[in-house]
Amino acid sequence: MSTPAVSPPGAARAHRVNYLNERYGVASWLLTVDHKRIAILYLIGVTFFFAIGGIYASLIRLELLTPAGDVFQSETYNKLFTGHGVMMIFFFMIPGIPGVLGNFLVPLMIGAKDVAFPRLNLLSWYLFAIGGLTALWAVVHGGVDTGWTFYTPYSTVYSNSWVVVTAVGIFIAGFSSILTGLNFLVTIHTMRAPGMSWMRMPLFCWGMYATAIIQILGTPVIAITLLLVAAERLFHLGIFDPAQGGDPVLFQHLFWFYSHPAVYIMVLPALAVISELVTAFARKPIYGYKFIAGSSVAIAVLSFLVWGHHMFVSGQSVYAGLVFSVLSFMVAIPSAIKVFNWTATLYKGSVSYQTPMLYALGFIGLFTLGGLTGLFLAAIGIDVHVTDTYFVVAHFHYIMVGGTIMGYLGGLHYWWPKISGKLYPEYWSRVSAWVIFLGFNLTFFPQFILGYLGMPRRYHAYPEEFQVLNVFSTAGASILGVGYLIPLVYFFWSMRYGKDAADNPWGATGLEWQTASPPPTENFAETPVVTGKPYDYATVAEAALG
Amino acid sequence: MEIFPQQASTFAPHVDALYGFLIAVTAFFSLLIGTLVVVFAIRYRRRSPDEVAKDVHESAVLEVVWTVIPLGLVLVMFFWGASVYFRITRPPADALDVYVTGKQWMWKIQHTDGHREMNELHVPVGRPVRLTMASEDVIHSFFVPAFRFKRDVVPGRFSIAWFEATLPGKYHLFCAEYCGTRHSGMIGWVYAMKPSDYQAWLAGGVAGETLAAAGAKRFQEHACNTCHAEQAGARGPSLNGLFGKQVRLQGGQTIVADEGYIRESIVNPQAKLVEGYPPIMPTFQGLISEEGLLQLIAYIKSLSPPAAPGAAAAAAAPAERKPVKP
Repeated sequence: MSTPAVSPPGAARAHRVNYLNERYGVASWLLTVDHKRIAILYLIGVTFFFAIGGIYASLIRLELLTPAGDVFQSETYNKLFTGHGVMMIFFFMIPGIPGVLGNFLVPLMIGAKDVAFPRLNLLSWYLFAIGGLTALWAVVHGGVDTGWTFYTPYSTVYSNSWVVVTAVGIFIAGFSSILTGLNFLVTIHTMRAPGMSWMRMPLFCWGMYATAIIQILGTPVIAITLLLVAAERLFHLGIFDPAQGGDPVLFQHLFWFYSHPAVYIMVLPALAVISELVTAFARKPIYGYKFIAGSSVAIAVLSFLVWGHHMFVSGQSVYAGLVFSVLSFMVAIPSAIKVFNWTATLYKGSVSYQTPMLYALGFIGLFTLGGLTGLFLAAIGIDVHVTDTYFVVAHFHYIMVGGTIMGYLGGLHYWWPKISGKLYPEYWSRVSAWVIFLGFNLTFFPQFILGYLGMPRRYHAYPEEFQVLNVFSTAGASILGVGYLIPLVYFFWSMRYGKDAADNPWGATGLEWQTASPPPTENFAETPVVTGKPYDYATVAEAALG
Repeated sequence: MEIFPQQASTFAPHVDALYGFLIAVTAFFSLLIGTLVVVFAIRYRRRSPDEVAKDVHESAVLEVVWTVIPLGLVLVMFFWGASVYFRITRPPADALDVYVTGKQWMWKIQHTDGHREMNELHVPVGRPVRLTMASEDVIHSFFVPAFRFKRDVVPGRFSIAWFEATLPGKYHLFCAEYCGTRHSGMIGWVYAMKPSDYQAWLAGGVAGETLAAAGAKRFQEHACNTCHAEQAGARGPSLNGLFGKQVRLQGGQTIVADEGYIRESIVNPQAKLVEGYPPIMPTFQGLISEEGLLQLIAYIKSLSPPAAPGAAAAAAAPAERKPVKP
C-alpha cells in the first residue's frame, strides 16, 4: 500500500508564491476574483450551513428516540425538519460541490487561468452568502414550518411563520446557482487549453457541464414559483389557494419541475468526483469514458421529464402518472451505466485504498442501493404505498448523504493536498471514512423498513411499534455526527501541522496535478498543451512517478 | 420486530408481490456490484507504490449488454407497477360510498345512512369501499398502511379512491401529507369488520337522518330548489337522473356529471354551463362547508337511483336509495 509522496524539505519550497500566500488580509479574500480563493470562501460558507443543518438533524433524531413528542413542541419540531431541509438542500448540497470543488478545479483541469467571468464568480458567492444569511435570519426570528417543499395552500394561507423571508433567501441564492452554472458553461466552452478537446476533458468537467445545464434551465422556475408563493401570501392573489380559485397542485408541478432536476444538481457533481477518484486510485484509464460522459448529459436531460413522479397520489391523471413512471425508470439506465463502468475500471487495476478511494467505494455501494430503491418509487403501484413515508426519506438520504456527501468528502480529501498544500492525517481520515459509512447505514437503512411498515414522514410523535427501528436510526445518527466532526478537526489541524504535499501526491493524471501544490494565482507558469487522451496512466503516470 | 406490514386489503398482496420482486432485483445487483468491487479491489490491489495498471481494451458489446439488461428489467417493473396501479384507480360500480372530510387536524367521516365518525372508520370486509374525500383547509392524505392505500385530499376538489378490506382488524389511519402543527396527531383507526359485525355496528349507535336527507335539507336551505325544480321550464336544469349521465355544455362539449362536475357547478357555476341555460346562478364558494357539499352530492346522487342496485348496497343504505322530494 502506498503512502502519499512527501515533497523534500527545502527553503525554496516553503517560500514559493502561491494563491494562498500571495496576498494577506481580509480584503484580499473578500474582494478576490481568483477562482481558487472563491472556492475557499464557498468551503467556509457551505461548512457553516452544513453545521447548522447538522444540528437540526441531531435535534430531529433526538426527538424521534421516543414515540411521544416529549422533547420539543410540535411547532418546534416542524421548524426543525424544515430548517434541516432548507439549509442542507439550498445552502449546502446545491452550492457544495460546484462552489467548492467546481470553482477550484474546472479552470485547473482545462488548463485555464481562471473562469470566464471572475467578477461574476465573486458575485455568485456573495449572493449565496446573502441568501443563506437571509434564510438564517428567518430561523433566528422564529423559523419556518412549511417543510422545505413549501406546499400550498399551507405555505401561502395557513402557515404562521417566516415563509416569505425564507423564500427570498432561496430566491437570492438561486441567482448564485444560475451564475455559477453560466460561468462554468462559458468557461468549459471557451477556455480549454490547446489540445483539450471535448473527448479529452476530465469527467469531472463533464459532470459540471451537465450540472450547469440544469442550474441555468431549472433554477429560474423555482425563482418564479417562490415569487408566486410570496405574492399569494402577501397580496392574496389566488394562484394556488382554491378558496380564491387557485390550484394547489399547480404549485407542485412548478416546484418539482425545478426540485427534481435539483436532485441532479446535487448528485451529478458527486458522480463526477467519483469518476475521477476511481480512475486515480485504480491507476488505470476510466472504463467507458464516452459512456460516463454521455450518461451525465443524459441524466441532465431526463431530469426535466420526471417531476410528476412526486405526484402519483395527488390526483394527477392516471395516464400522466404512467408517462412519468416510465420516464423515471429511464433515469436508472445512465445511472447503472456509470456504476458498471466504475466497477469495470477496477478490473485489472492497481487499486490502493487511501481515504479518497474508501469514500469512492462507499459511494458506489450507497449510490447503488439509493438508485435501486428509486425504482420502488418509480413503480407507481408501490409508490402509492410508500410515498410520504420514511421509505422516501431513506431513499433520498441514500442518494444525497450516501451519494452527494460521500462524493464531496472523497473529493475534498483527494484534492486537499492541492487546495491547502498540506497532507491530512491518513489514519484518522480512514477512521472517519469507516465511521461515516457505518453510521450512515445504521441511520438510514432502518428507515426503509419503517417506511414500508407505514410510518409517515414529518411526524413529531409516532405509534410505539415503530420505536425499535427509530432507536437504531438515532444511534446511527450519533455515530454519523462523530464521523463528520473528525474531518472537520483534522482538516483544520492539517492546515497548520500537516506535512507539505507534493505537487502530485497520488501519481494521478490531470492538469491540476501538473502545477504546484498549492497552485500559483495564475494556475500555470505557462499555458499547458494537451497531447493525449485523459487518464493515460500507462504513459503519463509513470513519468510523474519518476 | 415486524418487517412487513399486515396484508389487510385486496391491493396488499399485489403491491407486496411487486415489492418482493424489486427487493430481489435490488439484492441481486447490490450483491453483484458489491462482490465485484470487493473482489477487484483485493485481487488487483496495488503491490508497489509505483505500480501502474495497463489499459484494458474497452468492449462495446459489454456496454450494450449492461445498458439493455437494466432497460429490459425496468420495463418489466414499469408494466407490473402500472398494472397494480390500474387496479387501485378503478373503483368498482357496486362500492359502498363513504364520505370523508379532512381538516386541521382530524378526519370526519359521514356514512350514507347518517352515521358520523371522528378519526375512526368502520367498514365491512369483502366489500369495495369508495371514499369521496374533501379538505376544508390544506392538503391532507388518507393513508392506511395495512391496505397499501393512500390518496391526497386536495382542497377545492374531491379526491375519490377505493379499497376493499379482506382481514377483520383494527388498522392505523394516518395523514401522510404534512398539514401543519399537529400533523402527526391527525391519525385514527380503521375497523375492518365481518359483514355481520358491520351490520350490528350500523344498527347500533345513533344514526341521524341519512346523508341524502341532510343534503335535501341543505338543498332547500340554500334555495337551490327555486331554480332546480323538477318541472320542465325551470330556470335551472333538473337534477333528477342527472348523476353519472352525459351533459351537453354550451359550446357543444359534453361532460359526465360526476362528483367533480357537480362540485364545480356549485362553487363556480359559470365554469361549465349546461346548454340552453343562462349564466344566472350565483357562486356558492365559501357559503357551503365541505361536509355540506358532500351531503349535497349524496342527495343529488340519490336522485339517480342505480338501475339495478346490488343487494348489499340496498342493505347497507336502504333509505338513501329513495329520491327525497325537496
